[in-house]
Amino acid sequence: MMSLCTASKDLTSIDSGVSFVEIDASGLEFRDLNNRIASAARSGARHIRLTRVYGQRYIGTRLNGLPPVTIEIEGVPGNDLGSFMDGHILIVHGNAQDGVGNTMYEGEIIVEGRCGDIPGMSAMGGSIFVRDDVGYRAALHMKQHGRKFPNLTVGGTAQDFLGEYMAGGRVTVLGLGYERHRMSFIGTGMHGGIIYIRGRIEEEQLGEGAQIKELKRSDLHFLSTQVERYRRLFGTCDEIGPKEFTKIGPTGTRPYSRLYS
Amino acid sequence: MLDLEAMNNPFGDSKVVSNCSIFGMMEMSGQPVEGGSVVEAISNMKERSNGLGAGFAVYGCYPEHQDDYALHVMYDSEEGKELTESRLSQTFEIVGKGEIPTEPNGTMGPAPLLWRYFLVPRNCTTDESALVADEVSRINDGIKDAFVFSAAKNMGVFKGIGYPRDLAEFYRLREYRGYIWLAHGRFPTNTMAWWGGAHPFSMLDWTVVHNGEISSYGTNRRFVETYGYRCSFLTDTEVVAYAIDLLVRVHGLPLELAAQVLAPPLWDQIDVMDPGRAALYRSLRSTYAGLLLNGPFSVIVAREGEMVGLTDRIRLRPLTAGIAGDRLYLSSEEAPLRLVDDDLTRVWSPQGGVPIVGRLGEGVSYDYP
Amino acid sequence: MLRTQLLPDFSIERDDSRCIRCQVCVRQCGFDVHRYDEDRDIILSDESKCAGCQRCAVLCPTSALTISPNRSSYAANSNWTRERISDLKRQAESGGVLLTGCGNDKGYPVYWDHLVLNASQVTNPSIDPLREPMELRTYLGRKPRKVEIANAEECQRDPLIKIETPLVFSALSYGAISAQAQESLARAAKQCGTLFNSGEGGLPRRLRKFKDNVIVQCASGRFGVEPEYLSNSAMIEIKIGQGAKPGIGGHLPGEKVSKKISSTRKIPLGTDALSPAPQHDIYSIEDLRTLIFALKEATNYEKPISVKIAAVHNAPAIASGIVRAGADVVAIDGLRGGTGAAPKAIRDNVGIPIEMALASVDKRLRDERIRNECSIMAAGGFRCSADVVKAIALGADAVYLGTAALVAMGCTLCQKCYTGICNWGICTTDPYLSKRVNPDVASQRLISLLQAWSLEIKEMLGGMGINAVESLRGNRDQLRAVRLSDWELDVLGVRGAGR
Repeated sequence: MMSLCTASKDLTSIDSGVSFVEIDASGLEFRDLNNRIASAARSGARHIRLTRVYGQRYIGTRLNGLPPVTIEIEGVPGNDLGSFMDGHILIVHGNAQDGVGNTMYEGEIIVEGRCGDIPGMSAMGGSIFVRDDVGYRAALHMKQHGRKFPNLTVGGTAQDFLGEYMAGGRVTVLGLGYERHRMSFIGTGMHGGIIYIRGRIEEEQLGEGAQIKELKRSDLHFLSTQVERYRRLFGTCDEIGPKEFTKIGPTGTRPYSRLYS
Repeated sequence: MLDLEAMNNPFGDSKVVSNCSIFGMMEMSGQPVEGGSVVEAISNMKERSNGLGAGFAVYGCYPEHQDDYALHVMYDSEEGKELTESRLSQTFEIVGKGEIPTEPNGTMGPAPLLWRYFLVPRNCTTDESALVADEVSRINDGIKDAFVFSAAKNMGVFKGIGYPRDLAEFYRLREYRGYIWLAHGRFPTNTMAWWGGAHPFSMLDWTVVHNGEISSYGTNRRFVETYGYRCSFLTDTEVVAYAIDLLVRVHGLPLELAAQVLAPPLWDQIDVMDPGRAALYRSLRSTYAGLLLNGPFSVIVAREGEMVGLTDRIRLRPLTAGIAGDRLYLSSEEAPLRLVDDDLTRVWSPQGGVPIVGRLGEGVSYDYP
Repeated sequence: MLRTQLLPDFSIERDDSRCIRCQVCVRQCGFDVHRYDEDRDIILSDESKCAGCQRCAVLCPTSALTISPNRSSYAANSNWTRERISDLKRQAESGGVLLTGCGNDKGYPVYWDHLVLNASQVTNPSIDPLREPMELRTYLGRKPRKVEIANAEECQRDPLIKIETPLVFSALSYGAISAQAQESLARAAKQCGTLFNSGEGGLPRRLRKFKDNVIVQCASGRFGVEPEYLSNSAMIEIKIGQGAKPGIGGHLPGEKVSKKISSTRKIPLGTDALSPAPQHDIYSIEDLRTLIFALKEATNYEKPISVKIAAVHNAPAIASGIVRAGADVVAIDGLRGGTGAAPKAIRDNVGIPIEMALASVDKRLRDERIRNECSIMAAGGFRCSADVVKAIALGADAVYLGTAALVAMGCTLCQKCYTGICNWGICTTDPYLSKRVNPDVASQRLISLLQAWSLEIKEMLGGMGINAVESLRGNRDQLRAVRLSDWELDVLGVRGAGR
């Protein structure tokens, strides 16, 4: 089987062996920026800082197959930050857009702000920490297998369809700064995984196939670790007790089994 | 333009689909400002378009003609121009006319003739808007090679085939000031060889930029047609413009309620409202069932003094709003907002189906407590 | 428990004088139709469970069994056919959505049967493929606008995939079919220099050695879409839809989600593997572009990206958008495409025939001058090599074979795939049943299929005076039509025979 193609060109010259590199993204289209990031990583950079990022997409995606890199992003990364990523650390000093960690396999994404829709969609592993709010359909169709599970932790609130179609993984929403959550259709079509939301959730807010469950010891332990991690990343003055959370899980693994004949 | 449908839909699709990037900026104090940041912002979202159409709408761009109707017309021939001008002079006094100043820079294909006219209706005893709308229809449906692409007081649409930045330079937009700017970058699914097919779509002083595809189009189209509108463009954007015109200008609904007709609450949600409100929504929704816009969309609609941003009820298309002092921004993505304005005090994405309205002298209303 | 009101679909006749009570039929039937009554020393059969798959009849060593459509019937009624009545009664009994498998079996026109091919005579010699070179090799992917002589190697910026015959195995996911069946497809593809499609089930590790021959799917469920899965492939296909069930999601029942499936798809054991209806990050054409480039970025721009859609009304406009969004291949699956499970109402009523979709998409892309920016793959019930030749003449670069491959391996289209029980061992994950497909044997059957069809294609090409398949691509002049109306001729771009 023959495949004809030319590899994308390296457009920067980076000193080999330099482990920290700064790249000014202004004026660069995403393919070009990602070329430079990959190039730097291949030349040995382990810590890359990007400045003046405005909307460039897929940051982190091109690094698949390379040893772990940490990328700091100043500005607003474009859609699909860290999508299909296989294990790097992305830190956004600000807000992110839609598709953060889309179909992510491994790695960590930290957003010091809010992000848009579908963070963690179809993720299979890795973790995403968002300091403020997330948009619609967060953790949509998240999956897990065995002991590997993806994790999304959100400091503020989420919009509708949180955990839609979830098949695995964990979502934690801390609700900082919110008296109550307005989201509807939580966990619609859920058939695996767990959602923890701090504060009261009414039955009407849940989607088909989701139900409120009792917190167990393992949940409390997990929540403590999430809260602790969040505190270390973003700092918060609020007291957060693990018992303040509502646990939401699937009513069954086969929510639609009676619909078909 | 004879046979407008064929011009805009060369492949005879049952509907012309395009998707894209949208951006809007409103200076709520009414202070006219330059549009450089709007051009920067829409250009930043280049990935969302494919160079087959772009455009801008500017409100407040003709201060010295603010009481006259400004018409922007594109011609494919001198003959079209002569016929049009002769037609216009029958109904209007032409108090100003000239070519729209342009600066071809070689990045775009051949442009049609682009002219603008400042008009005062002669002896108009009836509704002026209806008169102007009629005249525009007559030209657009009846005069060969002529197409009116904006017709309103103190507002102009500037659009064509190319990327947003190229169009902005071509039309010398740096020379205009406005208190509302809308911008659009298009990604159509067919080759759009025709300048008139680009967006914003305008009807009188309504302009619409739109991202998404409306699956209820067939229903919406037939509904507005029963009220006398003609959907010659076969685009979703066109039907949105007519729907809003019908609800707001003709039927007198406030913009916020009109938005709730287009993206109404679910029946389950209406059932639990308090009785007075529930009755109103039930009535709106059943009367205007044919105007429910189904399918993914985010739209920005503007007219004199108002700009509204709206997404579909389950937010299948993105929209980010931002406020910086007296400015309201609406954008497909957040990055362009941050690129052009360092002073944003609030940035958020609206709840699906809940409109964000900016009004001159009043500020922003977003009814989602 | 209420006894069903339904009439059995099939009758089972056993010639008792031939039956030697070997009980092969008892063991072979996964639906438990036959059972041996020791006291009376006879085999009893419950025809109400029979699917008509013919497994028992074929394997009976004495040919004692005849399985035929049940002669019992309702009063003759062209409107309320027996099938309509049965389906309705079944719904009244269960209250659920009726599921089915395989492709649309209703009598929509098969346009292949209305198209005839040319042959060269007198003015142009036909070519004998047995003695003279006849090329079927095809390169799939995006070609550049022009070749810069100075830089010929560099100007092919986008990756291409070579296949030695324009026949490719269609998406058959592990979970919908057995591991053995999938392995058979993989081996045959490799042997014949073509490709197979992993479907949306992910690719089991064991088949990674076939990475150069596999098209991996990134579907709405995103099952098993790990970085390794993407990089170990020849091409990546974004599945937007499939012909059997346009607009709706996939449904692999929990019964079929075994340990191995769970591991490959990365979902919990026994859970339904739900593929959502849309891909939830694609709600708009620019979103598709976003995903196409995400995949290109994730694979360093080394793999062509295909987008598979179901053939629907505005397929041409959608296809145009897909090409402009950056896809290298557009795959279209028509009304008669098969499936492991779909609601019957959708399978039988939604979508358009591949012939019409293919013809109109090809024409549209050419009118927009972007035809060379992609390859078109056509799918949806190709039954023979002549269908393939006609498809190429309408504009396809290659053809996807799904149902044909299954039939080659033993399938008899009983349409019970959704139950997880397949007596031929193909559309099942039941370990006992799946053993019935021996990859050594099944792969050989597939290889034979590909070889036979390739030879026939060469014969037909030669007959037209063509010795390279690219000269047939889009060459509608080589087709004529019989018994079609003007609008059909117009859409297909083909003249009536005699004109």
